Amino acid sequence: MIEFLQSNWSDILSHIAQHLWLVFLSIAIAIVIALPVGILITRRRRLRAPVLGIANVMQTIPSLALFGFLIPLPFIGGIGPRIAIVALVFYALLPIIRNTVTGILGVDRSVREAAVAMGMTDRQVLLQVELPLAMSVILTGVRVAVVITIGVAIIAAEVGAGGLGEYIFRGLRLNDNRLLLAGAVPSALMALIADFGFGLIEKQFDWSSQRKRTSRQPLRVVAFALLLIGVGAMTYAAFRGLHKRSSSSAAHVTVGSKDFTESILLAEIVAQMLESKNIEVDRQFDLGGNLGHSALLAANIDLYPEYTGTAFTAILHHQPITDPSAVYQQVKREYQDQFHVDVSAPLGFDNTFAILVRGEDARRYNLKTISDAARHAPQWRAGFGHDFMVRPDGYPGFSRTYGLEFAAVNDMSLDLTYTALASHKVDLIAGNSTDGRIAALDLFQLEDDRHYFPPYEGVFLVRKDAFERVAALKEVMQRLAGAISTDEMRKLNYEVDGAKRDKKVVAREWLLKKGFIQ
Amino acid sequence: MTTPRPSTDNLVEFRDVSFTIDSGPPIIDRLNLSVAQGETLVLLGESGCGKTTTLRLVNRLLTPTLGDVVVEGKATTDWDVIRLRRRTGYVIQEAGLFPHFTVAENVGLVPSLEKWDDAQVRARVSEMLSLVGLDATRFADRYPRELSGGQRQRVGVARALAADPPLLLMDEPFGALDPLTRASLQKEFAELRTRLGKTVIFVTHDVREALMLGSRIALMDKGRIVVLETPAGFAKADNQLARSYLATLEGGLVFAP
Repeated sequence: MIEFLQSNWSDILSHIAQHLWLVFLSIAIAIVIALPVGILITRRRRLRAPVLGIANVMQTIPSLALFGFLIPLPFIGGIGPRIAIVALVFYALLPIIRNTVTGILGVDRSVREAAVAMGMTDRQVLLQVELPLAMSVILTGVRVAVVITIGVAIIAAEVGAGGLGEYIFRGLRLNDNRLLLAGAVPSALMALIADFGFGLIEKQFDWSSQRKRTSRQPLRVVAFALLLIGVGAMTYAAFRGLHKRSSSSAAHVTVGSKDFTESILLAEIVAQMLESKNIEVDRQFDLGGNLGHSALLAANIDLYPEYTGTAFTAILHHQPITDPSAVYQQVKREYQDQFHVDVSAPLGFDNTFAILVRGEDARRYNLKTISDAARHAPQWRAGFGHDFMVRPDGYPGFSRTYGLEFAAVNDMSLDLTYTALASHKVDLIAGNSTDGRIAALDLFQLEDDRHYFPPYEGVFLVRKDAFERVAALKEVMQRLAGAISTDEMRKLNYEVDGAKRDKKVVAREWLLKKGFIQ
Repeated sequence: MTTPRPSTDNLVEFRDVSFTIDSGPPIIDRLNLSVAQGETLVLLGESGCGKTTTLRLVNRLLTPTLGDVVVEGKATTDWDVIRLRRRTGYVIQEAGLFPHFTVAENVGLVPSLEKWDDAQVRARVSEMLSLVGLDATRFADRYPRELSGGQRQRVGVARALAADPPLLLMDEPFGALDPLTRASLQKEFAELRTRLGKTVIFVTHDVREALMLGSRIALMDKGRIVVLETPAGFAKADNQLARSYLATLEGGLVFAP
């Protein structure tokens, strides 16, 4: 834990600063809006119910849903801090408006009447009497808004606004308590300090002799509970961290994976090979979206399996091209230069779109390539997933490249296309080249002889410093180069998805068969 | 201490004044009343008789529905309302002091609003505090919550007098005080008023207070004046309501059996 803090200190500080900035801006904007609105509705009784009603409704919208509504809007929408601030302002409005109204209406009637009767103008009554006397109640509203905003700002990380939420979400996905705490503890402390600080300021504005303490009790309790949870979790993590470090050997590798079977199998294979060399392995599997990439860059993991096409398009943002070696070379070069990450040699399989026909048809008509199948197309019905129908490397370019004209094209769920093909409902589908069902259902993959589909070759992305730390890693990567054919990958996937067997066992059997472990 | 001479002998005149809220029954019903320069007119009556409403019509905290309230020869609706209020002292029950202002700031309020310079305000504040029997050095920097009820009420009177208004409106100013404090404040106020020569309209439901302080007493019932007499005349009035008020003074002490 201490090591973690030492190595991440500046990063944590910058996230705290981001978080504070989000809260500060949101509260400032909320005050600028809520205070005049609150004052207005003390003067216009008829507006009071509708305005408070709207503010009330705003606060009941779940934060994620609110982000969902806001993202598509012009000007305020989009991704990033701006939309987060808009949402945070929404949440902060109600407590400030409500307390402004309560505070001003709560000013002693005889005091207000005296002020008017002394010949104060409306403005003087407001600025010299009502606002100063309402200030402690208004500040309570601001305090509530600040505490709420500190909490909701965590969710803002979901829309790319940064802040401490990034640690919390990363911690949840990686199942890493240190990350979770790096987000939770500072935000809890922030809420406590804000609560305490505003409490002190409020006292300055409390003019009555006996102070009203009761209204503050619930907030105090919540803040105290947060602190207790934070301290408890920190103690636990420190204990865990201590425990872990004591048993750790010099060589230690953290292996990551994406959140689907094939990626987990590949990661498991590497993990077991390392373990057979007495290297301790930490498994951080199931990283969704591009989380694997960010975790790798943040050194939360040392390596994870990736596809050349995905790295090329989704991470390096290039237009898809079809030459596998050109894609591989460019990915390897750019990862080296930009990220100090090594791209392993291709593992031997390609997880791309697979144009599939029934095995019996392939044998009967002697089909090897997609071009071979083109002349049968006018008699055939095709079934394609929704995704394939619309994506840039999908159906439109595919049918043009091969001059295909089917009797019918069905736009259906990708999962259903396999069974539809096997049961003769359709005659050709675009599946996933490493899907276990290709073998299980006796389907045949036609060769992409015109190289239409971009390559998605399996590789490992490994941090350079991991190679320096663990010499054995290089050897493992060398042995895996070209070791898994598309057909083998398919069978491994089937063992897990089709035969419902344990991933660790499947990986172990394959490694034993290959002689990679004893 | 000089008070500007008004253009007429009557400082305040009610001319056929009615006041209603929405379409309810009249709270003030065709009221005619003159308050002469230098007199103390007491409005006496039970809760809801319209005495406080009458008072509030004078400094235009309320505006007549019908008729005119004329102050210093000019209808309240023709006055710049802020000027009118700054020329009219106002004292209410519980004083209505600003809890976030010190005693000095409370007393100096209207002079400050009138943009007197600081030294003038300070001098005026001490003068007013000693006028109401409070030592400026001891009380000027205290907050209202640090004062007793009687002291607060004295500060309220000092505040009302600070800008030397010709007219003083007082709404049950001594109503919330304990009997001993009330009696001594009433006595002091009677002397003070004679000394300063202010015109006062004084609202109370206490007939003893009315007889002690008023140069004339207006007994109100259901928005109208039913008796308008000097204290001596009031004691002899044959009006039923006046008699029942006076009856509370007679008969001495009655103990529960």
